[in-house]
Amino acid sequence: MSAPPTAPRPIIDARGLWKRFGATPVLKGVDFSVAERELVFIIGPSGSGKSTLLRCLNRLEEPDDGSIHVDGIELLSPRTDINAARRRIGMVFQGFNLYPHMTARQNVMLALRKVLGRGKAEAAGIAAAALARVGLAERMEHYPAQLSGGQQQRVAIARAIALEPRVMLFDEPTSALDPELVGGVLNVMRELRESGMTMVVVSHEMAFARAAADRVVFMADGQKLEEGPPAQIFGAPRHERTRAFIRQIDRH
Amino acid sequence: MGGLDSFLFSFFNAKVMASYLPMIAQGLGLTVLLALLVVVAGLALGLALAVLRCLGVRPLNLLIIFVVDLFRALPPLVILVLLFFGLPAAGISVSGFAATWLSLTLVLMAFSEEIYWAGITAVPKGQWEAARSTGLTFFQALRMVVLPQALRIAIPPLTNRTIAITKGTALGSVVGVSEILGAAQSAMSFSANPTPLTMGAIAYLVLFIPVVALGRWIETRFAWKR
Repeated sequence: MSAPPTAPRPIIDARGLWKRFGATPVLKGVDFSVAERELVFIIGPSGSGKSTLLRCLNRLEEPDDGSIHVDGIELLSPRTDINAARRRIGMVFQGFNLYPHMTARQNVMLALRKVLGRGKAEAAGIAAAALARVGLAERMEHYPAQLSGGQQQRVAIARAIALEPRVMLFDEPTSALDPELVGGVLNVMRELRESGMTMVVVSHEMAFARAAADRVVFMADGQKLEEGPPAQIFGAPRHERTRAFIRQIDRH
Repeated sequence: MGGLDSFLFSFFNAKVMASYLPMIAQGLGLTVLLALLVVVAGLALGLALAVLRCLGVRPLNLLIIFVVDLFRALPPLVILVLLFFGLPAAGISVSGFAATWLSLTLVLMAFSEEIYWAGITAVPKGQWEAARSTGLTFFQALRMVVLPQALRIAIPPLTNRTIAITKGTALGSVVGVSEILGAAQSAMSFSANPTPLTMGAIAYLVLFIPVVALGRWIETRFAWKR
């Protein structure tokens, strides 16, 4: 007898995550899983722990308790090579965090060369392709300070996708952008999603969440209060706190 | 002899200049050698300490801070005299040249460590996070992302401090090193004329004006490309 077929294991599977900053608990036993090719939005008021949860998923924050599996790797095990794991987990930050002393292309090339060990010419080619994919073929030799915020964020996305990650984490990717620059970044994210990338997005871009997300998770006070398809969370939220939050966001 | 003649005879005496030029030139050579050794060793040790401090090992950091504060607080002359007279008492014989080199190196190490450290902490935390999130190791992130930015921040105060401490080579004259000032003082006693001091001052200018200019060039060369 062969084992019965099981549902495919989620590509991200976090269980019972606890995180305290000093005496203040910011995550109180959160379970969070993401299926392959899924786009999950995490929303919630400031201080709800959503960014901390995201940053635990590549161990930029070290959880105090719980377990995290990403693409089958036990992230919190002391035997895990965290640097090898991280190259499968792309991350995009609110503040872009491009290296200011390097051109756009050099920003993308650095990890290709030092982490994946690609040769200079090969890395330059991959970087050029990644930058073309985010619409910046003409800006490859520019330094970050010579680019707009939206362009910088697209370089940051190129820097992450050039490593061919299995999942991408976005930490408020459009919050630091002027309104007219948001669209370009969202377009790149939409294209990524259509290509089948697994994505976890902390953001308040509700229109984008409605259109593109498979699932929306609402967090408050370090806990996951509610989750479901965007139509349910935005249209018919069960929790009063979710309802209050959605009303506030929609007013903007 | 009028006042001006007397002044020129004492401080710009051509005959004295001609005969003691080789001696001052030798002093200049020794100062250059001493300065180079101090700059290379002091800046390298300071960087090494700053990198060690990045590791965030608490007892080690307390030790680094103690050593650095010690050598920043003590006057360089006091360190030199302690080393020169203290080490032989401990059974280690040390030349005036070595004692001068060591004391100035320790002082430059201490000051430059603080400057490097200030530069490293001035680099936003997001730079570390972005680098580490792509799989770079701690040392790769430090070397390729953080230090290049930290050094750009550190270069102006670093050149300033390096020049100030390198001028301390003149302290070598106290422990018998014939660097510029030492040579000038000897020449002054031999000739019974203070002109060699003028020559020494000129020698310092010849040496340090290019160094100051080099410092300015380095500051512009490594400024942010925008």
